[in-house]
Amino acid sequence: MSKGRFGAYGGQYVPETLMNAIYELEEAYEHYKNDPAFIKELDDLNRNYAGRPSLLYYAEKMTKDLGGAKIYLKREDLNHTGSHKINNVLGQVLLAKKMGKTRVIAETGAGQHGVATATAAALMDMECEIFMGKEDTIRQALNVFRMELLGAKVHPVESGTQTLKDAVNETMREWTNRVDDTLYVLGSVMGPHPFPTIVRDFQSVIGKEIKEQLLEREGRLPDAVVACVGGGSNAMGSFYEFIENKEVALIGCEAAGLGVDNPKNAATIANGSEGIFHGMKSLFCQNEYGQIAPVYSISAGLDYPGIGPEHAMLHETKRAQYVPVTDEEAVQAFEYLSRMEGIIPAIESSHAVAHVMKIAKTMDQDKIIVCTISGRGDKDVAAIARYRGVELYE
Amino acid sequence: MSNIRKAFENGKAFIAFVTGGDPDLKTTEQILYSMEEAGADLIEIGIPFSDPIAEGAVIQEANERALLAGCTTDKLFDTVKKARKKVKVPIVYLTYANAVVKYGKDKFMKRCTECGIDGLIVPDIPFEEKAELADVCEEYDVDLISMIAPTSHDRIKMIAKEAKGFVYCVSSMGVTGVRSEIKTDIGSMVKLVKEVNDIPCAIGFGIATPKQAEKMAALSDGAIVGSAIVKLVAKYGKDAPEYVGEYVRSMKAAVRKAD
Repeated sequence: MSKGRFGAYGGQYVPETLMNAIYELEEAYEHYKNDPAFIKELDDLNRNYAGRPSLLYYAEKMTKDLGGAKIYLKREDLNHTGSHKINNVLGQVLLAKKMGKTRVIAETGAGQHGVATATAAALMDMECEIFMGKEDTIRQALNVFRMELLGAKVHPVESGTQTLKDAVNETMREWTNRVDDTLYVLGSVMGPHPFPTIVRDFQSVIGKEIKEQLLEREGRLPDAVVACVGGGSNAMGSFYEFIENKEVALIGCEAAGLGVDNPKNAATIANGSEGIFHGMKSLFCQNEYGQIAPVYSISAGLDYPGIGPEHAMLHETKRAQYVPVTDEEAVQAFEYLSRMEGIIPAIESSHAVAHVMKIAKTMDQDKIIVCTISGRGDKDVAAIARYRGVELYE
Repeated sequence: MSNIRKAFENGKAFIAFVTGGDPDLKTTEQILYSMEEAGADLIEIGIPFSDPIAEGAVIQEANERALLAGCTTDKLFDTVKKARKKVKVPIVYLTYANAVVKYGKDKFMKRCTECGIDGLIVPDIPFEEKAELADVCEEYDVDLISMIAPTSHDRIKMIAKEAKGFVYCVSSMGVTGVRSEIKTDIGSMVKLVKEVNDIPCAIGFGIATPKQAEKMAALSDGAIVGSAIVKLVAKYGKDAPEYVGEYVRSMKAAVRKAD
């Protein structure tokens, strides 16, 4: 079996044209991840550019309102560019630079990863091209302009369902076209090895900080860590540090759209089955012939028909639990956290908040939940207004 | 000997590709007949897939058309089985890993044998992941075709040593599609293959004109053409078999000039 396996999942299912490119990336990563100069440079970028460490905030009002476990919010929404995506792109774009690449390409759904990549590329003087489903370029027009402002070229992808999965297809196609000077900066813990490992490592700063900050505040580990899951990068980053701490429950919240029994959902663990797609063996929403299903969620960032291979393994080994959260529940949580704590979470993160609202009250007051707020919700305000029947456009 | 080798026994081979079920399965069946009649030495049929990452726009659109028209792996197998009564040249499938594993590897191979499929090309199964399908292919006597690309370099010999049927030499970087110029030094790639394995090499990606086909066949054992044929299907729809036949005839003549 090939490298990069998480149990039976993972692997390197890509066209031959890309094989040497992913080996080159793996070698570079294996070298630089232990290189003190690289580590120092990335740490400096994290602190002085992205604004790390992000706050671990005790949501006192929310805790009292729900009347159960103590709730802490890991504030990835306070990072530069407004989400956890910056953690990964600073690492990957710096790696690309060290590899002598001059151009980075990336897929984006809602635009968060695209904006983060364009930002890092601007900072590090790299050429940057972003592939985004045409449908998404319309839904997130502001983010398209934002990326262009940062100097990136945005390609609307017109194939297939014109959303995130098609953007990944197109970025892979572009990479096969030009590997010499170009690195594909993948946005989640997915794709062929070594991407799931690289992205997880760069995102694991989230969990490391949670552990340190909570030990300082409470002198102990949390009882549960809750995060939303699309491809699964903020969840993997939140979970990884705690995998060996078996007493810490790890809970991923997937997008159930209109409900897991309604065809309009993106709940891969609930509805998916094993398959091979986008370079990895994992779980995917698909039909009996292996055709990848068009998925749906109110949240463009969770609107993906697969899940990272390490999550598939954590699910199989039952180390982590994955629960579906509907659009309606997420929107309610979006509104709840805004009013309760004065924090507008991304609609993606609102899926995690919704689940915390369900479980906190069932837990004793001496229990602690950490919920990762993966991004800020400014980008979602217009969509939520429309969901509530207010005709508001950006 | 693998049935696929027969395609290369009478001189340089012309390999014709078509996406199954585009615009419908009846037309696909007729296209298979006209391809063989026009002299195609090997026929490659694409099983339509929702996300064909190795394909350019032309074949992507054909995949979408076929799926929209209701083509499924089962229906395509049935069509090939029917056509197989007449078509004698080797036939291989091109599809993506998920279409095979989700269908069930054993069940898939069993149906391949039953329908006269001689080989399988799976662009997202590189050498490192071959174990996924190699054993089951072997068991059912279906050749798992290996691909080499302009970026393969030191990988070519490793891949060639274990290759079955023929080696698919990818002429250019990127995805399938018509190209005005092919710049890769394919002659050297083919030479590396032959150093370790006496196996036919055919060149694909980007070939559209008789002149290109002749040139590529001169460097190898045959030329593979996909997008140019699929374009004809897109243009002529149900009337495509006739036009495809005409085109294949001209390409076959060009390839044979390289003998």
